Amino acid sequence: MRHTISILLENAAGALSRVAGLFSARAYNIESLSVAPTEDPTVSRLTLVTRGSAEVIEQITKQLNKLVDVIRLIDLNEGSAIERELMLIKVRAIGGEQREEITRLAGIYGARIVDVTESSFIIELTGDSTKLDAFIEIIGAKRILEVVRSGVLGILRGTKALRA
Amino acid sequence: MSEKLRGADIFVRALIDEGVEILFGYPGGAVLHIYDALYAQDKIKHILVRHEQGATHAADGYARATGKPGVVLVTSGPGATNAVTGIATAFMDSIPLVVFTGQVPTHLIGNDAFQEVDCIGITRPCVKHNFLVERVEDLALTIKKAFYVATSGRPGPVVVDIPKDVTANVAEYHYPTSVDIRSYKPTTKGHPGQIKKAAQLILSAEKPMLYTGGGVVIDNAAAELTQFGRLLGYPVTNTLMGLGGYPATDPQFIGMLGMHGTYEANMAMHHCDVLVAIGARFDDRVTGDLAQFCPYAKIVHIDIDPSSISKNVRVDVPIVGGVANVLGELNKLIKESGREPANRETNPWWRQIREWQKLECLAFDRSSKLIKPQAVVESLYKITGGDAYITSDVGQHQMWAAQYYKFDQPRRWINSGGLGTMGFGLPAAMGVQLAFPNERVVCITGEASFVMCVQELSTCLQYDLPLKIVSLNNRYMGMVRQWQEFFYERRYSHSYMDALPDFVKLAEAFGHVGMRVENPSDVEGALHEAFALKSRLVLMDFITDQSENVYPMIAAGKGQHEMHLAPSASDRELA
Repeated sequence: MRHTISILLENAAGALSRVAGLFSARAYNIESLSVAPTEDPTVSRLTLVTRGSAEVIEQITKQLNKLVDVIRLIDLNEGSAIERELMLIKVRAIGGEQREEITRLAGIYGARIVDVTESSFIIELTGDSTKLDAFIEIIGAKRILEVVRSGVLGILRGTKALRA
Repeated sequence: MSEKLRGADIFVRALIDEGVEILFGYPGGAVLHIYDALYAQDKIKHILVRHEQGATHAADGYARATGKPGVVLVTSGPGATNAVTGIATAFMDSIPLVVFTGQVPTHLIGNDAFQEVDCIGITRPCVKHNFLVERVEDLALTIKKAFYVATSGRPGPVVVDIPKDVTANVAEYHYPTSVDIRSYKPTTKGHPGQIKKAAQLILSAEKPMLYTGGGVVIDNAAAELTQFGRLLGYPVTNTLMGLGGYPATDPQFIGMLGMHGTYEANMAMHHCDVLVAIGARFDDRVTGDLAQFCPYAKIVHIDIDPSSISKNVRVDVPIVGGVANVLGELNKLIKESGREPANRETNPWWRQIREWQKLECLAFDRSSKLIKPQAVVESLYKITGGDAYITSDVGQHQMWAAQYYKFDQPRRWINSGGLGTMGFGLPAAMGVQLAFPNERVVCITGEASFVMCVQELSTCLQYDLPLKIVSLNNRYMGMVRQWQEFFYERRYSHSYMDALPDFVKLAEAFGHVGMRVENPSDVEGALHEAFALKSRLVLMDFITDQSENVYPMIAAGKGQHEMHLAPSASDRELA
């Protein structure tokens, strides 16, 4: 099963490599990973998406907790959470008909066109991963020049917060 | 007003303030400032090894025997990489080490400088934690943190990588008395509700089994465990790492378990209805095939490391906490219950265990004209009265030592259980002897393992370490040969130790005493003679039966009850 784990990590040199190294050393997989400092510059928040049975996920969270640089973590699957991913997608857009269709699709998905040239658009889209996948699908591989995704971010609904 | 010191002097002062007495090391370019500072003091004894692997194993042996952290200082690059095997050895067995590695100056890091290696990257998967000290101002606090992390919670090795310029720069010296790390708060007290639940389950058992590991030794919980066992009257088995945690001569002790455990211990594990795992981690060498492991048992697991719980085997009552602490609480509850200990004469479970014991799975041929390795260990046990510190290397001799030397006290049996590092025994014995100059320290080894760190014989001469080295020389990598005999139709591929040195001359060349023993009738005499040479290191080369195997044996991936028995024991098998 797919799990999204949010981790508060010391914002120290090498801390990220400890997390990544743990996953490779124990043969766990990482589907996506995003990391940036929080409002407290000494703390980074890392969100990773992984897959595994309940036993494997339990081991992953225990092993992560064991890392000295990990301050706190939460498995977002244990509560109701909001997940978002940002995507920038560069597409070939030549001719009025094609440009109109892409603009229309972007509108349907609530995406924004943030760069326009004579032959291309860059479209910005946020949403959960399935929405981004669907947009890529509908645009079609033939038209796509480049895709960049941020990896998943997640936060629990309600007042419960993950804090250092 | 605190004083200003050079980094190298801060390093030495911090170690003194931390209470470090012995430092195992080897100098080199990146640590020359530190070596210069060491030259100017006499509080810390520096032991010059002959290879950095020896430094880490020696510090490890020191730590295992004393319970104090072992401390190592090596240079950058090859100094650091040579130390890695020893660091990984300590990591697998949860031994507190603090290993200081030199590093090239900060402005050269990443430059492929001379003797540069990414020590933090290389050691990351085999340390509890590691630190790169980037500023001299951080040095003292980092050293404090390193000792704290290494020795608290589930202990382990910590590496501190110190660039050369950090040891030359100057800062105010202040060594904190305590340290708080917000991201590191090990749990030591067990949850009272879980402890109560465990006590109820334990007291309700009809076929109980206590399975205890290295955690008992590490947490100094042998007294609590012994009380726990005796209050209940239950059978006790130890893992390879747990030997000495419960007295081996106690009638409730039914031997080691696992791949080369006793028949009775493994059978009792298989048939028990309540298993109490204490400071043990359900290693594959213990469990065999997980699908067949303890099929009838409810399991209580006490461990300080939450990630050890339900890692390999789902347990019914997990208790995260220090073993000594939790056992202390359990002992109170058991006393309050007013329960009498199980009676070994009348209890049906004990009667069953006695039936299994009748097989005498550790019996061996005593009439052989060749020296039986088991007999050497038995004689050693007899002659030392069970009162020696025993280190071992890895292989058949290690298993015979574990099976035939009865450890009544913790921290007496010192071996590389998790990583299985050949070459561990000799340097580890040095560390033990340095910690206890007046105790008898014996390294049980084999001719293959022994030569892996043989250069440390030179260190032993320099520091007058009167080790007794018992080499069970079968001219094979015995355990490899045994597996090849059992599982590869006797194709002895590269397991033969051709062109061995003359070990007597080897010992003599290093300034020690060498003995070669070829007849069974000479074994005891040789041991007596060696121990009589109180101030000398004696290397005893016992020429043993080449074909001897370690029994019982559970093949990898088989169930606990599926043991290969010694040919003689198989004849006795009643079932």
